[in-house]
Amino acid sequence: MMAGKVKWVTDIEKSVLINNFEKRGWVQVTENEDWNFYWMSVQTIRNVFSLEAGYRLSDDQIVNHFPNHYELTRKDLMVKNIKRYRKELEKEGSPLAEKDENGKYIYLDFVPVTFMLPADYNLFVEEFRKSPSSTWIMKPCGKAQGKGIFLINKLSQIKKWSRDSKTSSFVSQSSKEAYVISLYISNPLLIGGRKFDLRLYVLVSTYRPLRCYMYKLGFCRFCTVKYTPSTSELDNMFVHLTNVAIQKHGDDYNHIHGGKWTVNNLRLYLESTRGKEVTGKLFDEIHWIIVQSLKAVAPVMNNDKHCFECYGYDIIIDDKLKPWLIEVNASPSLTSSTANDRILKYNLINDTLNIAVPNGEIPDCKWNKSPPKEVLGNYEILYDEELAQNDGAERDLRNRSGPSIGLKGSRTRDSGKASLTTWK
Amino acid sequence: MLQEEEDLSLTIAQIVQKLKGSRLYAQLERQAWVSLQKPEIKLETLKEDIKEFFRITGWEKKLHNAVYSELTVFPLPRHPAAPPEHLKEPLVYMRKAQGSWEKRILKSLNSMCTELSIPLARKRPVVEQKELLNKWNEMGTDEPDLSLFRPVYAPKDFLEVLINLRNPNYENGEHLNFKTHLGLIQVPLKVKYISELKEFFVELSLNTGQLGIDDATQVPPELFENEHVRLGQKEPIHSMDSKTEVLAEQDSAAAQQYIRQGSPTALRAELWALILNVSNQPEDLLYYEQLKSNVIQHDLLVDSLIYKDVKLTASNDDYYFVFEDYLYQVLLCFSRDTAVLGHFAYNSASPPKSYIRGKLGMEDYAVFYPPNGVIPFHGFSMYVAPLCFLYHEPSKLYQIFREMYVRFFFRLHSISSHHSGIVSLCLLFETLLQTHLPQLFYHLREIGAQPLRISFKWMVRAFSGYLATDQLLLLWDRILGYNSLEILAVLAAAVFAFRAVNLMEVTSLAAAEAVLADLSTLKVMPLLQIFLFATVT
Repeated sequence: MMAGKVKWVTDIEKSVLINNFEKRGWVQVTENEDWNFYWMSVQTIRNVFSLEAGYRLSDDQIVNHFPNHYELTRKDLMVKNIKRYRKELEKEGSPLAEKDENGKYIYLDFVPVTFMLPADYNLFVEEFRKSPSSTWIMKPCGKAQGKGIFLINKLSQIKKWSRDSKTSSFVSQSSKEAYVISLYISNPLLIGGRKFDLRLYVLVSTYRPLRCYMYKLGFCRFCTVKYTPSTSELDNMFVHLTNVAIQKHGDDYNHIHGGKWTVNNLRLYLESTRGKEVTGKLFDEIHWIIVQSLKAVAPVMNNDKHCFECYGYDIIIDDKLKPWLIEVNASPSLTSSTANDRILKYNLINDTLNIAVPNGEIPDCKWNKSPPKEVLGNYEILYDEELAQNDGAERDLRNRSGPSIGLKGSRTRDSGKASLTTWK
Repeated sequence: MLQEEEDLSLTIAQIVQKLKGSRLYAQLERQAWVSLQKPEIKLETLKEDIKEFFRITGWEKKLHNAVYSELTVFPLPRHPAAPPEHLKEPLVYMRKAQGSWEKRILKSLNSMCTELSIPLARKRPVVEQKELLNKWNEMGTDEPDLSLFRPVYAPKDFLEVLINLRNPNYENGEHLNFKTHLGLIQVPLKVKYISELKEFFVELSLNTGQLGIDDATQVPPELFENEHVRLGQKEPIHSMDSKTEVLAEQDSAAAQQYIRQGSPTALRAELWALILNVSNQPEDLLYYEQLKSNVIQHDLLVDSLIYKDVKLTASNDDYYFVFEDYLYQVLLCFSRDTAVLGHFAYNSASPPKSYIRGKLGMEDYAVFYPPNGVIPFHGFSMYVAPLCFLYHEPSKLYQIFREMYVRFFFRLHSISSHHSGIVSLCLLFETLLQTHLPQLFYHLREIGAQPLRISFKWMVRAFSGYLATDQLLLLWDRILGYNSLEILAVLAAAVFAFRAVNLMEVTSLAAAEAVLADLSTLKVMPLLQIFLFATVT
């Protein structure tokens, strides 16, 4: 019997999407018709799952977001969930929640100190007074691509901001205009004198049990202007922000490479200049914080079986080679800034679809969501909760081996020689 | 026998002469004096005791490395009566060709000077000096108008010169025979047959472990990689049968042998420094700072050429754009470094001369220009770019580059008969193709796509900017390991062999170029191995 063709809809007109759908011989339909696959923006997902819409997805329908993805992808909620997760682990007496002599989490301190504004204003002031020379970064919770971000290093600046926004008639008390304020990583790792951040792609096919994949072809985004920690440059966003959307407006933006460097380049550079061990440790820690961030939101996530999601993780590495999770994007940009970028994003979507929609056939959301290794493409299994449990994670918990618990059963190519992980 | 002994003593005398003026000599002397205070140094056995002291303290190894470095870099002495230009290049027609090529370059440089009415050199006003000093770490952010500057020459101009090269004493003959060379290079030079290449590159053979192959397969890497990494280690392993750990021993010759099978990424920076005998002492840092202050004080016309070249090449490169500022920091200093002049003793090229204003042609007023005697051409900065992946200290990066230049890279843009010289590489490449892929060679020639027209730029840049960096470093491992650039020609031929099926289908030079436009996905070591050892010959 001939299987029918997948009917697709998207409200994001990007060639890397459409080319991938067409390559599979899928048929385009409108959102009012029967569809099997809908690649939608975050605005649309809100409507689809809203109570008013009363939409019920059938077994052969799949969408590219979880209904309440914002638990992870909104800056304030992510921090809230991670804080809650840490407290819970602490309460359970989990070895993961161990703290050092300064009261800092040893394994779970991977998000810069962050407060919600205006809600946590007093807490922030208390923290600010502890180190008055520090720089903080203000970000609107609901915006992306570097919009509305600014730096402050004096309390007066934040007072002024709060006065200004109160007088503005547009600002309501809705959470949309809430800000997070985070301690600014002022000692970032510089390469060639420049600041950069990492953009890594992570695919989650289910939250309970958690199964996630890491895309091997992430990249570094470089600032075009030399980094200077001096406060006189606080207003020059080109120095501090690595978002391509921001950097594109800089005079030095290069349209051939777009300021992007592959993660493989980063690894080669670090291994050559710093050594294999510390480089391996850095990458293990990056994997670790991604898994922990997902575990932190898993209990509150609506694990709808029609959903999968491809996240854009933003990570900054400091000069001690410690990675910091900055934020997670639900709709990583599919715009291609260079030729290589187009190839990368085309392949990213291709590999994502191969996992989310097996064989490109009409989906059945009740399938067990564990695709064979051969279809993973450039994805690697980052964490598979089922595998991890079978793999005797319990035993690890008992012998207090710390973070190595988290990745047991991860990265299949290492399975069978899990001792390779360098966490101590 | 007698001749050999004579040669040896001549070599020894030469090396002793050279080392006498070196820093190492002074250090050894000082150490010897210091050692006299030690109780274990006895007057009766003074010579032996000091030797033993040198051995224990590691100074002997440093001397070994210095001698080894001299032996590697400098050609063996010829007959004492031979004139020094024979050391540069024994063949007269090659010397002449190089000479007229240099005249052309200089003419082009001078006419650019006149056209733009810019002096070759000028002292910077104090304000400008301060400004430059302040932005030393971010010279790339500067956007001076360089539209009027053009590279003095590009590889393709140089290729035309090589194509027209002829040996006046050699008659090619009217009739084709099976030995007729159908390529572009028409000078008779001895290049290696594939059988000789197999022998020369024996460590690359199929049954020897290779980094760049054996670390990438499904075969458990423990078998070779771990052992190889261990062998390269810094810390000697104290076990009964501990082998010599290369880095711990600090022995250049051992490192060179080791690296023939490839360097582990994490050990490469140190291994290369060891092979090149670069130690980055405080004096070296001082020396670099001195060069830097020369850059600050004087503005040279070649600076604009360097700037332009970086902007045209590395700044647009996916791998190297990050290091733009490092490239200026290295290349501007390089142009001021008169120590580079030393390599002209064995380079067929000679440093261009310029005369102080109004004293044209008067030898007493001649200066070398630029001070290092090297005029950069289009793509020159790509010799430095890959090294930025290994060294993040500018002074160390600088020394490594300078050593790589005076040992290897200069040969890629000088006309000479040396087996690592660009002429020999071109001939080796063409001969390999003509002999081992005759159909492909003939086909490309017939459609007007002489293979050398495509591969020349790869070889001139030692493949920098064409291969992915990890692959390029594996290739340069072998250049250092074999102290030879011939591997470049072999790889160029291997790339054609790899793409032979597609190339047989093309019908124009442009189409052939398109097939070979992107080498960034190639894996160097498998290509080399297959071409050298797994092809029926």
